Amino acid sequence: MKLRPFRLAVLGLSLLIPAALCAVVLFLVLYSGEAIFFNGLHFLTQINWNLGNLYGDPVVVHGIQVPPGANYGMLVFIVGTLASSGIAILIAVPLAMGAAIFLAEIIPQKIRPMLSMLVELIAVVPSVVFGLWGIAVLVPLIGHYLAPNGSGYGLLTASIVLALMITPIIASTLLDALLQVPKENRESAFALGATHFEVVAKAMMPMVRTTLIGGIVLALGRALGETMAVLMVSGGGLNILPTSLFSPISTIASFVASQLDSAETDPTNMSVRALAEIALVLFFITLAVNACAKLLTSGALRVRKRA
Amino acid sequence: MSVSALKMPRSAQETRRLIISAIGWVLCGAGLVLVLAPLVDIVVVVGWRGIAAFSPHLFTENTTGANGGLYNAIEGTLVITLFAMLIALPLGVGAGIHLSEYGKDKLASAIRFMSDTLTGTPSIVLGYFSYIVMIIGFGWGFSLIAASITLAIMIVPYLARITELSLQQVPNSMREAAYALGAKDSNVVFKVVLPAASSGVLTGALLALAISVGETAPLIYTAGWSNYSWSGQFTHEPMAYLTYVIWTFIDQPDAKSHALAFAAAFLVMLVVLVINIGVRVAIRRKKFA
Repeated sequence: MKLRPFRLAVLGLSLLIPAALCAVVLFLVLYSGEAIFFNGLHFLTQINWNLGNLYGDPVVVHGIQVPPGANYGMLVFIVGTLASSGIAILIAVPLAMGAAIFLAEIIPQKIRPMLSMLVELIAVVPSVVFGLWGIAVLVPLIGHYLAPNGSGYGLLTASIVLALMITPIIASTLLDALLQVPKENRESAFALGATHFEVVAKAMMPMVRTTLIGGIVLALGRALGETMAVLMVSGGGLNILPTSLFSPISTIASFVASQLDSAETDPTNMSVRALAEIALVLFFITLAVNACAKLLTSGALRVRKRA
Repeated sequence: MSVSALKMPRSAQETRRLIISAIGWVLCGAGLVLVLAPLVDIVVVVGWRGIAAFSPHLFTENTTGANGGLYNAIEGTLVITLFAMLIALPLGVGAGIHLSEYGKDKLASAIRFMSDTLTGTPSIVLGYFSYIVMIIGFGWGFSLIAASITLAIMIVPYLARITELSLQQVPNSMREAAYALGAKDSNVVFKVVLPAASSGVLTGALLALAISVGETAPLIYTAGWSNYSWSGQFTHEPMAYLTYVIWTFIDQPDAKSHALAFAAAFLVMLVVLVINIGVRVAIRRKKFA
C-alpha cells in the first residue's frame, strides 16, 4: 500500500486523545498505588479523613511511610456526592419535563427558538458563577426561611444549585425528542378524543421515555463531577455523615478541590496519593454513568423497543 | 350547559379529565418559569452588582490581597486561554479531520468513544492529573504551561467532535471533484473541505474559548494564584485568573472583595454569553437564509 503522510499525520493527532485519556488513568493509578495498598478496601467504608500529625516523624506501616495517625476514608464524600446528585435529579427531572413539554406544545413556533436558546444558555453559565449566585442569593434565602440552624450552606443548597445546572441537559434532550414524535401518533391520539395534555402524557411521553432516561443519566454524570458550585455552597462537611437536608456536606469533586493546601504540607506525600485515589474513584463513577447514558441515548435500546 | 343545545352535558369523568389536563399545563408552565427564572436572576444580579463595582482601576491595578484591581487576573485568564487554544486548535482540528475524512474503521469509533469519555471526565480529575504529572512529576511548579495544557486536554476532544460534525456537512461531490482534478489528500482537506466548513470549525473554536475562560476546577491545581502580573515565564510562575477571584473573594468578609468577585464574574459572564449567543444567532440566521 502507498504511504500517505497526510493521513498518517492526522491519525497521529487523533491518537493523542486516547493517549491523553490513558495517561490520565495510568498516572492516577501509578501515583495512588501506595495509597491503594495502604488504605485497602476500608477506603470506601470509613468516615474519617485524618491527615495525621504532619509535623511528627513519619511512621512506617506495611513498609509505607505515612504521617503518624493518618487515616483516609471517603465514605462521607461518597454519601455527599450521591445524596446531592440524587436530590438534584429529583428536583431537576419534573422541572425539566414541564419546561420541555410546555416549550414543545404550548409555546408558539415563532418564539420557541428564542426560549429554547435561553434554556441552552443555562448550561454554558460557568460553574463558579452558579456558586457565586448561590452564595449571594440562595444561601441567605435558605438560611433565613428554611434551615433550623440558620446556615444556608449545606446539602439542600448544593442540590438546588446542581439541579439548576443540569435541568437544561434534561430539558433539551426531551425537547428534541418530543419535536421528533411523528405527527401521525399525535393526530391519532387526538382522534380518539384525548385532551391535548393526555396526548402528551399518554401518547408522546411513552415514545420518548428511553431518550428521557438517557438525558437524565447524562445529567447525573454532570452532577456527580460538578466541582466549583458545590464547593462554594455545600458547607464543606468533613468526617461526619449528613443527617438532614441542611447538614454541611462535601462531594468527591469538591473535596479534592478543597484539599490543595493540606496536600502541599504533607512531607510523606501520602495525602496527595490518597487524593489521587479519590480522583480515580470519581473518574470510574462518571465513566460508568456516562457509558450508561451513551447506551440509552444512542438508540441501541430504543430501536429494539419500537420494532 | 345552556350555551348550546347540541352539546351533551359533560360527564363527571370528562370534567375530571379536563381539570387534570388544565392542572397539568399549569404545572408544565410553572416548570418552564422555574427553569428560566434563575438564569434571569443570575444575569441581573451579576450584571447589576458587577457594573456597580466597575472602575477604571480594575483594568490597571493588580489585586493586593483581596483588594486593588483585576489587572493580573484579566491578563492571566487571557494568556492561559490563548496558549490553551494555541495547543488545542491544531490537535483538535487535526483529530477532527481524521475522524471525518478517514474515520470509518473500528479504530476511529474507539477514538470517538474515548474522546467522549474524556469530555465527560470531571475537570477536577484532569486538574489533579496535571498536578501529579506536571507540577510534582516534571517539577514545573504552578505555571502557565501546566494550566494551558490542562485546559487543552479538556477542549481538544470537544474541538475534534465539532470539527468532525462540520466537515461531514461538506458534500462528498466536492471531495470527489478535487480528487478527480488530481489533488492530494492534504490539498483536498485544506483547500476544499476545511474552507467549506470553516464557519463550523470557527464556531467550535469560539465555544471552546468560552469554556476555557469560564473554567476554574482544572486551574486550582495547575495555575495556583499570584498577586502579580505575568512576567513572561512559562514554568515556575503561578498565574492569576478571573474565576479564582470569583471563587475565593466572595468568601472574604469585606464589601470591597465582594465587589471584585462580582466584577470578575461580570467579565467572565460577558465573554461566555456574548460568544454563546452570537454563535447561536449566527447559526440560526444561516439556517433560514
